[in-house]
Amino acid sequence: MKILVCVTSVPDTTTKIAFTDNNTKLNKAGVTFITGPYDDYALARAVELKEKTGATITVLNVGEADAEPVIRKCLAIGADDAIRVNAEPTDAYFVSEQIAAIAKEANYDLILMGRESIDFNGGQVHGIVGEMLGIPSISPVMLLDIDGDTAKITREIEGGKESLEAKLPLVLGCQEPIAEWKIPNMRGIMTARTKPLKVVEPAGTDKLTTVASYELPAPRGAVKMIPADEAEKLIQLLHTEAKVI
Amino acid sequence: MSVLIFAELDEGKIKKSAQEAIFYGAKVAQMLGTSATAIVIGQASDDELASAGRFGATNVLHASDAKLTEPNGMAYATVVAQAAQQEGSKVIVLAKSSLGDAMTARLAGKLKAGLAANVVELPELSNGFRVKSSIYTGKAFAYNDLKADVKILAIKKNTITPEETEASAAVKAFSPTLNDADFSISVKSTDKSSGDILLPEADLVVSAGRGLKGPENWGIVEDLAKALHAATACSKPVSDLDWRPHSEHVGQTGLKISPNLYIACGISGAIQHLAGVNSSKVIVVINKDPDAPFFKSADYGIVGDVFDILPRLTKAVQAL
Ligand SMILES: Cc1cc2nc3c(=O)[nH]c(=O)nc-3n(C[C@H](O)[C@H](O)[C@H](O)COP(=O)(O)OP(=O)(O)OC[C@H]3O[C@@H](n4cnc5c(N)ncnc54)[C@H](O)[C@@H]3O)c2cc1C
Repeated sequence: MKILVCVTSVPDTTTKIAFTDNNTKLNKAGVTFITGPYDDYALARAVELKEKTGATITVLNVGEADAEPVIRKCLAIGADDAIRVNAEPTDAYFVSEQIAAIAKEANYDLILMGRESIDFNGGQVHGIVGEMLGIPSISPVMLLDIDGDTAKITREIEGGKESLEAKLPLVLGCQEPIAEWKIPNMRGIMTARTKPLKVVEPAGTDKLTTVASYELPAPRGAVKMIPADEAEKLIQLLHTEAKVI
Repeated sequence: MSVLIFAELDEGKIKKSAQEAIFYGAKVAQMLGTSATAIVIGQASDDELASAGRFGATNVLHASDAKLTEPNGMAYATVVAQAAQQEGSKVIVLAKSSLGDAMTARLAGKLKAGLAANVVELPELSNGFRVKSSIYTGKAFAYNDLKADVKILAIKKNTITPEETEASAAVKAFSPTLNDADFSISVKSTDKSSGDILLPEADLVVSAGRGLKGPENWGIVEDLAKALHAATACSKPVSDLDWRPHSEHVGQTGLKISPNLYIACGISGAIQHLAGVNSSKVIVVINKDPDAPFFKSADYGIVGDVFDILPRLTKAVQAL
């Protein structure tokens, strides 16, 4: 079985977001970049499937050279090789086109990725890739088992979950608790250095959307504290002042 | 060239988020000098379908094929793409939701559309087509220029308040050509809590964290939620520990919600938790630690023990 795991390189979840250049660029100063947390789930499940079935794992990132530490970490966790499409990943359609172009060259049985990136939160790439390849896409996937050429999947739906079965090949957007995140060990880190990381140029396309500028949310006003012995007053305030109940 | 709005159903009723999408789509139609058509897929009564008019839709296309009763993102995308073609729609609007996500992406792939997810305001049309969306899990906004011929806007829930009129929409049947490949995923079982207020749709949310000490104590959270007609939510460790189902987990790696009122009980307010709830209109924090970081992001705060405060709040709500 051949698995393609698509990963994003995103600011660490504790990052306070700020912009520069007249609010047209993310201020990367002091920001640590990590694998998208949802992508980590996808990779962790792929590694488990590799242990069980002897699958091979290729990681794919559409991103610039500064994403390579994130890619190396994925190799250290257990991917066999990596591809970086050398382009700024600004638009879901563009990113999907790159993934689909790579996927068309090799026949992957499973294309796994996070349910969404935590920068643009679009949650769209898996579906667009599925459509471009003419194969089913399912998201957000909480459980995944493979039995021959059949995938057994549990997907989250609003207010519950759904069990599904589908034939490979598939594109899946993953989330917890599909697997436990994996931390690279020393041996993994050493071998990751020698694993192949291929850099390819993007398949030429126009971007269908561009970001003109960014903005931060307006700060919240000061908190109004209510003494614990007058807690009931809160309900009055929510009713008469905030008018939300 | 009408604006097309996908109006999602839940048990035969147009969802609240879909009403918001219709209202939004109708406003965009007005701005573009055209009409708004809603597409509804699945079983619904004529009255329910016509009620799309109350939020601004002039027409409703109704696809009621029995194969479409179960929500299926791929098949629904095929139906909406055909409806868009029939109507010559260049702008498609829908609510950001679990089903919405599955559809939007397939639809964008089919139509080579420019899409903006988590849209929070009406577009600006003075110089192209620019929409504001929420990014970095609520920590920032982007102004997106959609350059493709077809544009898809997935509207973040609870960011637009529909105004209702008495109007009713004209309902027409819509018979799409269905495609077998869209039905290749088989649904084996569905496990859905019915009757409860769905968290992603809720106006009011009572949420609790590790401060509740264990699942056996959730009664006091549920009581307050029930008195308020609110949905319940939780922090990540609570769902990781299986005290509550994953579908209640809010935050960076859980649901992103934007209710009118979010009451956080015994939750510290880690940045990853805040990320999923910081676009709530009013935030109340109850925590026994006066230095809990959550107080910095709250509108109202009580330093106190949840086991004492929650039952008293429930009584106060019942007395309203
Ligand atoms: C990559 C990543 C993603 C994450 N995603 C999420 C996410 O999506 N959602 C999320 O919630 N977290 C997320 N986290 C975890 C997050 O960092 C925090 O660990 C988590 O939010 C803490 O949950 P908590 O506030 O319930 O528990 P704690 O941090 O243990 O806080 C419990 C709070 O309860 C208070 N308390 C205790 N007893 C009482 C009492 N009797 N009365 C009143 N108050 C009391 C305490 O003072 C304390 O403030 C993520 C972390 C990482 C690293």
